[in-house]
Amino acid sequence: MSSRIFNHILISFTLISFGLTANAATPKEPLWPTLKVAYFGDKAIREDANDLLVIEAPKRAEDAAIVPITVKSLIPQSADKYIKNIHLVVDNNPEPYSANFHLSPELGLIDISTRMRVDQYTFVRAIAEMNDGSLHMVSRFVKASGGCSAPAGKDAAAALARLGKMQIRMRKPTIGEPVQAQVIVSHPNYNGLQFDQASRLYIDAHYVKNIDITYNDKSLILVDTGISVSEDPSIRFTFTPTEKGTLKAVAKDSKDQMFSQQKDI
Amino acid sequence: MNTFSMVASLFSLIFLTSTHANEHYLVSEISTGIFYHQGIHQDATEQNIGAIANVGFIIGERCVAVIDSGGSYLEGTYLRHAIKEQTDLPICYVINSHVHPDHLLGNAAFKDDSPQFVGHEKLPAAIAARQDYFAKTFKEILGQAYTGTEFISPTLTVSIDKPVTLDLGNRLLTLTAYATSHTDNDLTVLDNASKTLWTGDLLFIKRIPVLDGSINGWLITMQKLQSMDLNVVIPGHGPATESQWQQGLLDQIRYFTVLRNQIREVINNLGTIDEATQSVGAREADNWELFEHYHRRNITASFVELEWE
Repeated sequence: MSSRIFNHILISFTLISFGLTANAATPKEPLWPTLKVAYFGDKAIREDANDLLVIEAPKRAEDAAIVPITVKSLIPQSADKYIKNIHLVVDNNPEPYSANFHLSPELGLIDISTRMRVDQYTFVRAIAEMNDGSLHMVSRFVKASGGCSAPAGKDAAAALARLGKMQIRMRKPTIGEPVQAQVIVSHPNYNGLQFDQASRLYIDAHYVKNIDITYNDKSLILVDTGISVSEDPSIRFTFTPTEKGTLKAVAKDSKDQMFSQQKDI
Repeated sequence: MNTFSMVASLFSLIFLTSTHANEHYLVSEISTGIFYHQGIHQDATEQNIGAIANVGFIIGERCVAVIDSGGSYLEGTYLRHAIKEQTDLPICYVINSHVHPDHLLGNAAFKDDSPQFVGHEKLPAAIAARQDYFAKTFKEILGQAYTGTEFISPTLTVSIDKPVTLDLGNRLLTLTAYATSHTDNDLTVLDNASKTLWTGDLLFIKRIPVLDGSINGWLITMQKLQSMDLNVVIPGHGPATESQWQQGLLDQIRYFTVLRNQIREVINNLGTIDEATQSVGAREADNWELFEHYHRRNITASFVELEWE
């Protein structure tokens, strides 16, 4: 599913270059009906699935470059019934399809946060795809940030200087109990939409493509990320270590550079 | 001349005047030959034409330097008119203190003067990264006042820690570029003789400072400014002052030190940005104008920097 959906990135870019979505992107004309078909075809999506999922986002994007988004499930993962994927869509961003979290049935309750760029006021949507293929959506409206805030990096040189540095941050875990962990990758996540006046060319997109988080080599979360994710991509999540082992995160970027970090528990 | 043509020429006079001048657009002379217009403590709107930052000019014996061109093309034309009311000397430099729209959207109003546009060495890249977004956003915010706006990059740049001196004719200006502070492209302008410093947005007085660079870097830069020997300071926002600038710096240092200490505590406890925005620096609320608009943003921006300490 993921590769299919990220193929749509190409489609959206094509639309943008012909000025189609760019015009349609004014929030007066909701984009969602078009996006829904582009990303999910004719599949039915159950809206307002508040019995299954919660999405948290600030009412206003305080900083357009860094908007924290959290998605939580209300039903624990189990072998029979679990959320297989969570898709994040930011309707009015240049590339609306923003992330696809592939989730392990062993995660327990889902509690995942990341940080997004939010260009203008927009709906932010989380669509849960169950193991039976059904789709369930929750959404939040986020107002645009104030004047001088732009979805650009604050210190490009500093971001590049520490490119690929990674952190795994967590409280002291207890075996058998849920613990929160955070994976951060230092990366400028250039979106390819920035114009270099000197060369009269657009700066190449250079962004983190996916982050694979495993425990004892078993996948917990594999997230496909795109250019809507903030500089220095951050994934915060909850998991329960059932035995001693190693938590590992591997990030791969669009130039096929790999970065990794691990922590023993 | 008949009545009709008198009325017609009166109308055209009013129309012409209104596009180039505005009797409400005032500049004050705070040192000899140094004028500034004080921005209003609001967010940019069509009504205030984006004139929310301090902008102005310095007149030498040979020519004039503009320091920040205004928050819209329209403000740029008002500022240019205010200059022409003071002097016939040519405008030779338009200096932008940094990338934010309230300081440079007026650049195009000075194009016909063919000045050197001057900025920090990182200003061109910062403009490139933001101009599409600013164009879209500010066209909407500023309406008519935006019409004519162009993004003009500097033709003369100043490198960090390598100050450049400009001569306006028996009047030397020292331009200093800083490491990442308020933004990654902050520039100050010192009029050497009168010891008047334009800080750009390295100093906000009364209006809440906004972080779009580095909290650690800005705190270091503020210490440098504290040790300067100055008679007059023109901040990026708030009144020009002879006596209050040291206090202004202290207020800003206190604000960002409180933020930094409390955010570090949240990060060390594995707290989130949301938790930080709900608790950090709440007691600073009464000290600043527009606190509600920018305080949580400052926390957010500081948080993602301090995570890498």
